[in-house]
Amino acid sequence: MSKPSSKMSLDKKHNMTGWAFLTPAALLIFLMSFVPMIQAFLLSFKMGKGNNLSTADPIFANYTRMFTDTVFTQSIKNTFFYLIIQVPIMLVLALILASILNNRQLRFKGLFRTMIFLPCATSLVAYAIIFRTLFANDGLVNLALVNLGILKTPYAFLTHATSAKIIIIIGLLWRWTGYNMVFYLSGLQNIEYSVYEAAKIDGASPIQTFFKITVPLLKPTILLTAIMSTNGTLQLFDESVNLTDGGPANASITMSHYIYNMSFKYVPTFGYAAAMSFLILILVAVLAFIQMKVGDKRD
Amino acid sequence: MTKGKKFLMYAFLILMSIISVFPLLWMVMAATNKSVDVTRGRLLPGTYLIENFKNLLAAQDVGSAMLNSFKYSIILTFVSLIICSLAGYGFEIFHDKAKDAVMSVILLAMMVPFVATMIPLFRMFSSAHLLNTTVGFLLPTVSTPFLIMMFRQSARSFPHDIIEAARIDGLSEIRIFFQMFIPTMRSTYAAAMTITFMNAWNNYLWPKVIMTDAKSQTMPMVVANLTQGYVTDYGMLMLAVLICTLPTAIVFFCLQKSFAEGITGAVK
Repeated sequence: MSKPSSKMSLDKKHNMTGWAFLTPAALLIFLMSFVPMIQAFLLSFKMGKGNNLSTADPIFANYTRMFTDTVFTQSIKNTFFYLIIQVPIMLVLALILASILNNRQLRFKGLFRTMIFLPCATSLVAYAIIFRTLFANDGLVNLALVNLGILKTPYAFLTHATSAKIIIIIGLLWRWTGYNMVFYLSGLQNIEYSVYEAAKIDGASPIQTFFKITVPLLKPTILLTAIMSTNGTLQLFDESVNLTDGGPANASITMSHYIYNMSFKYVPTFGYAAAMSFLILILVAVLAFIQMKVGDKRD
Repeated sequence: MTKGKKFLMYAFLILMSIISVFPLLWMVMAATNKSVDVTRGRLLPGTYLIENFKNLLAAQDVGSAMLNSFKYSIILTFVSLIICSLAGYGFEIFHDKAKDAVMSVILLAMMVPFVATMIPLFRMFSSAHLLNTTVGFLLPTVSTPFLIMMFRQSARSFPHDIIEAARIDGLSEIRIFFQMFIPTMRSTYAAAMTITFMNAWNNYLWPKVIMTDAKSQTMPMVVANLTQGYVTDYGMLMLAVLICTLPTAIVFFCLQKSFAEGITGAVK
């Protein structure tokens, strides 16, 4: 207390050390996320091919173009189809698996957990190619279905619009259910097991326990996984490229895949691609906001 | 629990486990068989592994792709762990209002989809001559809000008394971090390592954008290239998929326990 000035400088030094620790990471995020995001926004008002860009006329030309571009509207529909069908099925399945595996009387718990989590060890490209091969015309699934007498001739899963989309959903479920299950298992470990034992003594059925205890107590984790999955699905790329190649005739293409094609596969139209990518940014933000609002309300 | 219910529960778990494991097991078997045997539905190990391997080496430059993937992923993981743990530690141990505000802004970056930053990044990197370089590969993903958050959580459980004692002993802040924080938080580092290495190895979109030179391609890119031809050699293709999966699978198995622990830490 006798020397307030020296204490001040010590505090200041302490404070500066803190900033020194976090500056590299913070600066990188600023330069690699926020700066490009603003650049993408500015770029979305430019027109032209390659690096030969000029201001769009009218200024919103790229944005109005999106709504008349049938491939892009198809890619939005596809992405939302994956989102609406796959994410709820996956999260419910993961929750059910986690609550079964949380049961203390269960045997071989570790083994089941490892096996169900195993798909997460494969890369997205690798599993997309495995599924593409399994569901090929001469693939194992067709072979099995024909031999079992369910199909007379092999069905071209990947060249029919609806089945191609369903195969992508099956692939996503396979790859990500175990991943989300691990999050729920971690969340369940924070819940006192005695709560479950008390519920059992009170005569609650497993289904009641699931809805009255597990789901409400896991709400923050469910919210986190819902936001992560929504975010991931809106950015789906690897599967669309390697499982179906967006086909047949763009019937299963995702938004990211189409943006990639417009920027790097064909003659680049960076301005238009940036406008489309900015729409994804807005969608991600809006959906995350809605999910957080819904998550808050149920209290 | 009644016997019937118990039976149903185990049946469900066994079914889910089979579904989860079967495609991977099939991949391993297919890698050892001739393409015709794969399409005939052979599910047993074959004797064609070496032949598939020779064909694979002839079809694509797998050796250099593996080397590239290892180089990019290991350097990225190492740098990322240091930068993000420094930041997580800094945000927690030296926290004040200004730093907390910066942290919330950083968390917003989690919401920025990669496609939205990809095009400006590509333009930026191509004018800075960073295409086909390791630096170009790692810069966009080396600092992630997720890792910073994870290390901030773990720093919360790091006892402040130890830091105070070390300060009194005259240890500099950076030495406290390297000599005391890192050794104590080994399990968090292991989890962060697993996540970062797997993400780096599996990354497909960004390398596809900046690795324009065939010599700089990564393993997932090379595997994807194999499906571009008209006739697919399934045995060779599955061997390539297997080789591409092995490194992440090994890391995953070695660090599985700490991976789950790390996620728990991040969720709390």
